[in-house]
Amino acid sequence: MRLKRKDILTIEELERDELEMIFSSAASFKEVSERDIKKVPTLRGRTIINLFYEPSTRTRTAFEIAGKRMSADVINISASASSVKKGETLMDTAKNLEAMKPDCIVIRHSSAGASHILAGLLSCSVINAGDGAHEHPTQALLDIFTIKERFGRVEGLKVLIVGDILHSRVARSNIWGLKKLGAEVTVCGPPTMIPPHIERLGCSVTYNIDHAIEDADVIIMLRIQLERQRATLFPSLREYARCWGLSAERLKRAKKDVLIMHPGPVNRGVELSPEVIDGPWSVILEQVTNGVAVRMALFYLLLGGVKED
Amino acid sequence: MERVVLRGGRIIDPSQDMEGLYDIFIMGGRVASIKPAEEGSPVGEGWLEYDCKGLVVAPGFVDLHTHLREPGEEYKETIKTGTLAAAAGGFTTILCMANTTPPNDSEAVTRFIKKRAEEEGTVKVHPVGAITKGLEGKELTEMAELKEAGCVAVSDDGRPLMNTSLMRRALEYAGGLGLTVISHCEDIYLKEDGVMNEGFEATRLGLKGIPAQVESIMIARDIELCELTGSRLHIAHVSTRRGVELIRDAKRRGVNVTAEATPHHLLLTDRMVGYDTDFKMNPPLRTEEDVEALREALKDGTIDCVATDHAPHSSIEKDVEFDMAKDGVVGLETAFGVLMRLVHEGVLTLKELVRLLSTEPAKLMGLQAGSLSVGSPADVVVIDTEREWTVEPETFRSLSRNTPFKGWTLKGRVVRTFVDGRVVYEEE
Repeated sequence: MRLKRKDILTIEELERDELEMIFSSAASFKEVSERDIKKVPTLRGRTIINLFYEPSTRTRTAFEIAGKRMSADVINISASASSVKKGETLMDTAKNLEAMKPDCIVIRHSSAGASHILAGLLSCSVINAGDGAHEHPTQALLDIFTIKERFGRVEGLKVLIVGDILHSRVARSNIWGLKKLGAEVTVCGPPTMIPPHIERLGCSVTYNIDHAIEDADVIIMLRIQLERQRATLFPSLREYARCWGLSAERLKRAKKDVLIMHPGPVNRGVELSPEVIDGPWSVILEQVTNGVAVRMALFYLLLGGVKED
Repeated sequence: MERVVLRGGRIIDPSQDMEGLYDIFIMGGRVASIKPAEEGSPVGEGWLEYDCKGLVVAPGFVDLHTHLREPGEEYKETIKTGTLAAAAGGFTTILCMANTTPPNDSEAVTRFIKKRAEEEGTVKVHPVGAITKGLEGKELTEMAELKEAGCVAVSDDGRPLMNTSLMRRALEYAGGLGLTVISHCEDIYLKEDGVMNEGFEATRLGLKGIPAQVESIMIARDIELCELTGSRLHIAHVSTRRGVELIRDAKRRGVNVTAEATPHHLLLTDRMVGYDTDFKMNPPLRTEEDVEALREALKDGTIDCVATDHAPHSSIEKDVEFDMAKDGVVGLETAFGVLMRLVHEGVLTLKELVRLLSTEPAKLMGLQAGSLSVGSPADVVVIDTEREWTVEPETFRSLSRNTPFKGWTLKGRVVRTFVDGRVVYEEE
């Protein structure tokens, strides 16, 4: 089994049956991480490069562990410790890395479209680990996989995404994926953080979280990217937390079995109050566990088996 | 004295409302006479004869908006290559913007450009001087001296003048000298670090948007200042429906404002951008609705002329992440072929297109160009309207290749260009 594509750049371009294939594969790879000896030989002799131009803990580690549990050789490059500091362009870095014959490059970059540049330039596989405010496909895959595990379905679920939709690649990827699988998606946040015409992706928009949480099956809380708020999109963290943060008190309006998700890292006390992060609704750590399984599935579906030409 | 005759072409000269089959006789670089074409009649000894049968002969095009990059960025374009590109596109007169390195904010730079153009250039080059020293938006340049040195207009193109009071003074002062102020209308505070048109496409691609109001707010401001000062204002590269509406309204009220639009804003939309940096320019490509409004404005005269905003960049500036790429596309060599699409689509007649490319821009800047009337400089473009060709950037005379029209098949091509009666471009 293999995906009929070289790269994973967006959820937008994936078909529903490809999503299903990834999820079923992730379900079987999840078991590997439960074993005593957490390693399979599937990708022995394959080389994966993690090329990260932005800081990352979860995503980079999950990609690395996923590759290693499948016996691939995984190399990590972070922009601060490389020739990027010496002024090399993305294109040149990519071509030089390819000259060392990797099978896959995983890239995170602050510019939207960076992974497209690489994919067009290189013959090896490229996986987008987040490009600017564009997409973060593997995050959406692990989010939806987690939802699917809990509910046994995605179709018909009401999913609320709260926070800085404007700058969020996680939101964009999740909207595409959830819509393809038949969920109803609502985005919520301060008007300054809702990008124009987002509803054309098939979601609805609200500014009022208290109404929106009432019938939600899943609430995905987004990180307020303190490092990105150059412009004043809201008056203060205090006011943000008051209007759009999720506290146990606010959650009383929600369904009892509502699922609370967050791509991490969480700003405790801003998006989520501590009791919600650590409470029974939260599947934040399951998301992290599933992040490894989903990335193992992707490596397998892109690099596994014999290459067909 | 050199004698040249262009025989049997279909002359289209909007400046004298002329359209028909004529022979054009050129002596000493000027149009000596125009006579109804007489096939086979001898022209006499010593005449260099060009057969233009089946071709259109029109006044050479005039581009009010090019960037020649010399001095300072000669790896992108030089005055030599830029004017070669102009000749290949049928342009015989071009205005070059002041944002070189150093900027054209002094007599010395203006004279340098003029001298270079005379020595190495193939078409006529008129420098546009800076409005403010160093294009910094702080102090006015010595405009009287700039004019004396050869500047025909002033502009801080690429850098909008955000200081409203200074813009008022610039209009007043330039107006007194008879210089037109060309305004690059953009509210940089509203724009922030936007990189493409704000709308669904920017949202989908995760790129920071530039709302149409970035342009229209400044057009509104500059129209108000134009009215306050009574000076001549020309709005560069209008890209939005709201911009068009504001200019239309101002013209109705008799405000002394004119405007241009570029071929790319007339043909392309933000849906074509993807992450292709050859589609990144300032102002950005807008929506279908804006394109429609611009085309309408060309027809009703709200937009006075077409200008290329020829902005060469090398792969160093363009083969990078979209948000880091420099703004701008080359346009001199593709403008006519691309605009012929509007003729084929029935938006414009060929005569209207010639008027927008030559007669009108020449008139706006008071240039001796854009006409084939007897006594005029023999700046002439010969066009094959039936010729199909494909845009291949590697064949450009320009040093740069950053065109969004790569691979387009166009119908209608410049086959020969004359400046002062001499051939400066001939299709191979």
